[in-house]
Amino acid sequence: MSITAWLLVAVLGALGSLARFQLDGLVQTRAGGVFPFGTLAVNIVGSFSLGLLTGLSVTGAELFVLGTGLLGSFTTFSTWMLEAERLAEEGEGRLAFANVAVSLGAGLVAALAGWLVGGAL
Amino acid sequence: MPYPSARLQLSLAIAAGGVLGALARAGLERAFLWDGHSWPWPTFCVNVVGTLLLGFFVTRLQERLPPSTFRRPLLGTGFCGALTTFSTLQLELLQLVHHDRVAMALSYGLVSLAAGFAGCHLASALSRRARVL
Repeated sequence: MSITAWLLVAVLGALGSLARFQLDGLVQTRAGGVFPFGTLAVNIVGSFSLGLLTGLSVTGAELFVLGTGLLGSFTTFSTWMLEAERLAEEGEGRLAFANVAVSLGAGLVAALAGWLVGGAL
Repeated sequence: MPYPSARLQLSLAIAAGGVLGALARAGLERAFLWDGHSWPWPTFCVNVVGTLLLGFFVTRLQERLPPSTFRRPLLGTGFCGALTTFSTLQLELLQLVHHDRVAMALSYGLVSLAAGFAGCHLASALSRRARVL
């Protein structure tokens, strides 16, 4: 990968993280409550988008920059797990399980949907 | 020059952490290119390590140290958030199934979840118990 590609990954790492923070906050404030809808929204959008790139047969440097750089930074596994773990700690076992199951299920569906849509375009 | 606002500090902290997390993940990915058939080690490693770190950082920052405007956004939202990835995990699961590696897809998904969840819990517990850290 070229220096440009790495620089773009760095920049998009920053922007993706900032965008995640913003969307998470926006959605979570609207939704209210303890269920982490914010992280769920971020991860669904990111998974659909990465599926879309895959379906569009984006490869090489473009995929590295947009997929790994932007979407990889935009979505998060750690926050998802932390939020589930904290829910479990606080006695909200069912919500914790729902968080894990719904995120995984919806994530796969979104990724697949993106892949199919991209492939059809 | 006026002192940077809390909002600006927050944004810079997230951005800085995001740069580091993204580069670390991207570097590992390029160093150990996944072939689409075998265990996706780069993503698995960053996700497990990143979740361990997040559990440790968040617990330490929220429960053990005085409040800070930049440490959590830098280390948590920024670094761990960008180091780990959900989207890549989803696509890898789909691609494994696509390549007839259904059993591996199932185990990759379940092991990622188990390691992530358990790791976070363990890191948090250790952070609470540690006398020096």
